[in-house]
Amino acid sequence: MIRFLLNRELRVEQQLDPNMTVLNYLRSESGRTGTKEGCASGDCGACTVVVGELDGDRIRYKSLNSCLTFVSALNGKQLITVEDLKQGSALHPAQQAMVDCHGSQCGFCTPGIVMSMFALGKNITHPDKEEINEALAGNLCRCTGYRPIIEAAAKMYVDATPDSFSTEQDATVARLREIQPTQQAELSDGTKRSFNPTTVAELSNLLEQYPDARLLAGGTDLALEVTQFHRAIETLIYIGDIAGLKQISVSDEQIELGAGASLSSCYHVLNNDYPDFGALLHRFASLQIRNQGTLGGNIGNASPIGDSPPALIALDAKLVLRKGNAVRTIDLQDYFIDYKVTDQQPGEFIEKVIVPRAADNGVFRSYKISKRIDDDISAVLGCFNLKISNGIIESARIAFGGMAAIPKRASLCEQALTGAPWTMATIEQAKQALQQDFSPISDFRASKEYRMQVAGNMLTRYFVEIESPEVETRVTAYV
Amino acid sequence: MSDHKKKASYEEMLELTKQDLNTGVGRSVKHESAAKQVSGEAIYVDDRLEFPNQLHIYARMSEKAHARITRIDTSPCYEFPGVAIAITAEDIPGIKDIGALKPGDPLLVEDRVEYYGQPLLAVAANDHETARKAAMAAIVEYEELEPVLSVEQALRNNHFVSDPHTHQRGDSAAALASAQHRISGSVHIGGQEHFYLETQISSVVPTEDGGMIVYSSTQNPTEVQKLVAEVLDIPFNKVQIDMRRMGGGFGGKETQAAGPACIAAVVAKLTGRPAKMRLPRMEDMMMTGKRHPFFNQYDVGFDDNGMITGCEMKLAGNCGNSPDLSDSIVDRAMFHSDNSYYLGDATITGYRCKTNTASNTAYRGFGGPQGLIMPEIILDEIARTLGKDPLEVRKLNLYGDEGRDTTHYYQKVEDNVLPEMLADLEQSSDYHQRRREIKAYNASSPFLKKGLALTPVKFGISFTATFLNQAGALIHIYTDGSIHLNHGGTEMGQGLNTKVAQIVAEEFQVDFNNIQITATNTEKVPNTSPTAASSGADLNGKAAQNAARTIKQRLVEFAARHFNVTEEDVEFHNNHVLIRDQLMPFADFIQLAYFNQISLSSTGFYRTPKIFYDREKARGRPFYYFAYGAACSEVVIDTLTGEYKILRVDILHDVGASLNPAIDIGQVEGAFVQGAGWLTTEELVWNDQGRLMTSGPAGYKIPAITDMPIDFRVRLVENRKNREDTVFHSKAVGEPPFMLGISVFCAIKDAIASIGDYRSSPALDAPATPERVLWAVQDMQQRQTQHNPAPAAEITT
Repeated sequence: MIRFLLNRELRVEQQLDPNMTVLNYLRSESGRTGTKEGCASGDCGACTVVVGELDGDRIRYKSLNSCLTFVSALNGKQLITVEDLKQGSALHPAQQAMVDCHGSQCGFCTPGIVMSMFALGKNITHPDKEEINEALAGNLCRCTGYRPIIEAAAKMYVDATPDSFSTEQDATVARLREIQPTQQAELSDGTKRSFNPTTVAELSNLLEQYPDARLLAGGTDLALEVTQFHRAIETLIYIGDIAGLKQISVSDEQIELGAGASLSSCYHVLNNDYPDFGALLHRFASLQIRNQGTLGGNIGNASPIGDSPPALIALDAKLVLRKGNAVRTIDLQDYFIDYKVTDQQPGEFIEKVIVPRAADNGVFRSYKISKRIDDDISAVLGCFNLKISNGIIESARIAFGGMAAIPKRASLCEQALTGAPWTMATIEQAKQALQQDFSPISDFRASKEYRMQVAGNMLTRYFVEIESPEVETRVTAYV
Repeated sequence: MSDHKKKASYEEMLELTKQDLNTGVGRSVKHESAAKQVSGEAIYVDDRLEFPNQLHIYARMSEKAHARITRIDTSPCYEFPGVAIAITAEDIPGIKDIGALKPGDPLLVEDRVEYYGQPLLAVAANDHETARKAAMAAIVEYEELEPVLSVEQALRNNHFVSDPHTHQRGDSAAALASAQHRISGSVHIGGQEHFYLETQISSVVPTEDGGMIVYSSTQNPTEVQKLVAEVLDIPFNKVQIDMRRMGGGFGGKETQAAGPACIAAVVAKLTGRPAKMRLPRMEDMMMTGKRHPFFNQYDVGFDDNGMITGCEMKLAGNCGNSPDLSDSIVDRAMFHSDNSYYLGDATITGYRCKTNTASNTAYRGFGGPQGLIMPEIILDEIARTLGKDPLEVRKLNLYGDEGRDTTHYYQKVEDNVLPEMLADLEQSSDYHQRRREIKAYNASSPFLKKGLALTPVKFGISFTATFLNQAGALIHIYTDGSIHLNHGGTEMGQGLNTKVAQIVAEEFQVDFNNIQITATNTEKVPNTSPTAASSGADLNGKAAQNAARTIKQRLVEFAARHFNVTEEDVEFHNNHVLIRDQLMPFADFIQLAYFNQISLSSTGFYRTPKIFYDREKARGRPFYYFAYGAACSEVVIDTLTGEYKILRVDILHDVGASLNPAIDIGQVEGAFVQGAGWLTTEELVWNDQGRLMTSGPAGYKIPAITDMPIDFRVRLVENRKNREDTVFHSKAVGEPPFMLGISVFCAIKDAIASIGDYRSSPALDAPATPERVLWAVQDMQQRQTQHNPAPAAEITT
């Protein structure tokens, strides 16, 4: 039994297709057609809704793609859609600003944009341009060219009185407390089922009972199997209700990230030690996806073009895998065996990711190359972590995405660098070695020649950025 | 307007009539649907309440680009509970081809598959997922044929959907032979997916008369009406099309909205049940056509100053597998191959190449952009060859006085405001100072390079198929003074309904809110032209104005008679009517007219004057007037990766006397960003089987919010009425600013040219993806090395 608030109305669902997305639940089951389907693949943002989650005695609002979210992920939360913002005939400040700034033309992307703006405004009262861009990079608009939308987002809360969500916050908090998951929940339509365990122990039991079950975290990739590839998923285990899998802790030696922690929530600690990791996360899909998607999921789906694994491998991250009470820790690089094949054993799951703290003499850089700067999948992602002492490269860890069937280290390139003097000549040799490390493929994102060329040029950029920091090397610095 | 309101005193009313109407023409009235759109209350076709017996349709697509169908067996489809019917071409009661002007677009494939993604059969079921599963279960067998997948291959083999056509002025061969300088080359210009946020959709309800009510997201209700009637073999008068709004169109719903409507109508006819067909995004992208990719070749002669003296161009449009609108689209590319410039002796030939891909179709600019970009590429190259600033060469070649004021299709350019506009923008964008700063930056920045380009646009307004330049409207005034407005145009976000309502508000001098805009409906205004060619407000605004003036004239005559005054004594002003010294609210006056048996309803009609075109001779005046614009774009590129950002864009655009400045600026900004997307990140990729690989937003990248220029300054030309008698002397705005995006492409090329000290023009096809930019950079670096073997800028430790 899943319980959530549809704005202020309690919804209790038990007999429901566990493969049903929140978008279809709204449009087909609830008569709420304000939320639109633009792509059903989490790439356009037309279906953006906002979910309120209890955080102590307040509520945190997050935008997400309803087309990629299964209903089970709403357990214990408040779902807010575009229909909920208006009070009587009075538009919400986010809506009014869009009207005042001429921010809608055809209007089909507009509900999603309004919801992203609403979430932004709930989290940041006076967002600057970068924050606005971050909040809206996952909302495509084909009509306006975005200028009036940015203007609307900047002015929406100027002079606005508290909205109904603020005035009702205490009551909503109380109602959310009542429905917080305390025990394992289940959803079934008779043939398919999904479970929401609340503890790691429950999760372990379920995996033993249903070894073929699919683990659902953010679902931003898994849901595509349903919405794009039209495959039914018989048994789902949603791990988002397990608080123990979402913990993030930082010690002097390491950063521990629970596998179920969202990419958004990992941002702060990773950005602190590795600003380039933070910059990478900013360009990782869209905010809606990062609010849902997890670090564990991005690793577990073993995509050759996932953005976090190359960075984590370059940082020598470890993976903690659990099966029942058996826990083992492996190097992340050893997790990836072949295309979509991992070292994960049946019944085993990723519990956490451990990232070493930044070293004094280490320089981490990540370079994401994609056709579009924001909300795009990398053609090539190169991550570089060199330790340099007294003009000598002490160690080198370099990993790439988009260059092989798995996220992979550039071993020969690393060898060419390790122990060598920190000079452009060494870099040129490393570029030669890199040619031996990879034989990338051509696809619609880029040709193999481009991938190879750019991967090598990244070494030049890395060298220049460290040696000549005054030289401009990134167009993304222009904002 | 209501009687319940407290009656205003004469003095109060008099005061009001001295004020201007604040929601009439020229005011930035908000989009009529804005409040509904932001609250999710605006209804699109898929949002309509469904019926208990509603059917949902899925069409199975071909998985071959070119093949003969040897077998289709739909019997397995019926094994899925909930399936009502599976149809193939055989089941279509009437005409089986829905080609817009010429046949070539079978509703469902009869025997020969012409592209990967072509609909073969359709299944209707109680829900969409069942329909899809059942459709995929049908047995389809093919005998593969050799496909033609590239435009060059089609051009080589004279594989055309229709014959080549030529515009010719003077003796271009002689002009080229005697030219002081001569350049030639070729360039690929990519296509573009419309990516309207709302995919193609129609929902059809059978009527008691054997007809259909069709709710369709279409720019062309009349054509959908015609085609639905024809596939069902029933008269047009049994089919009603209703179109309240589209979630974007951009040309993609001009002809290609008809397919889903017709399939749904056939299903509804055969089952007697309401049927809806909505294309999922991937199916929409694979099944429907796009902007035509072009392969353009040029041979140009010019003098020492950079003035073009002779020019030959071959413009080869990739039409896909059928004619669709390609005749007119390639014609428009040819009409715009001069952009804003006098080409000297010119021969422009257009080829309509047939390939086994989805049939390419209308898209904002309608072929114009693919032709218009050519002189910009050529003039950049001329400037590099002569070592001049490209802007100088552009200004030199603009249309001018007598002798240089006629196009290669013999239309006189009568209202050329471009010299003034370019001078204005050159100054307001600080072009020359920034040019110097950019050169200094590039000299000191080894990896990032900046580029700048200022390019004009001249775009011809009117359908080149002259008969389409007509429109109708319908106005009723009810006895409370409220006004019902309907016209033949369709609202796709461009603000057409808002503008037309402002025109009617202005005519009657009543508030905008007093006018109810209603869904475009073939039962209200018949025989309409598509809302296309930027003509929506020009045509329908005039038609609505004529309808309003008909009623107004009746009212004036009535008032003159009734109050025994002259017609000149009757004035409408700011919601009131002044009849010599009598003053009354508009609503009271309407009541009075009603009781005196005055007709308060009228149609209105408009046809564009002056235009004619003889295609045989390739001469005439196909365009009523031209709309102008200019943009100055600055970009930064990364020579290590090919990545880029648009830093600053200044635009000056001509809309005549604006009907609604806010809406017009919205059109200019949106069109510019879409045009920039076309030439940068929006890349369509097919595999060697002819399957579109970029078939969703994960692979096909339209501009996102950070692709907008960081500094974006848009102005409308002020105090410049259209010299022609257009509605309130405005100008069309939908398409012309799209081509301002060409300035971004030229700025990227400028940045690349900096690597070779601006001595040669980079070879760059469109779209300029980071990959293409990097290859062009490397090519330029090699040219530079050959020219000057010493390394330019090198980082050493």
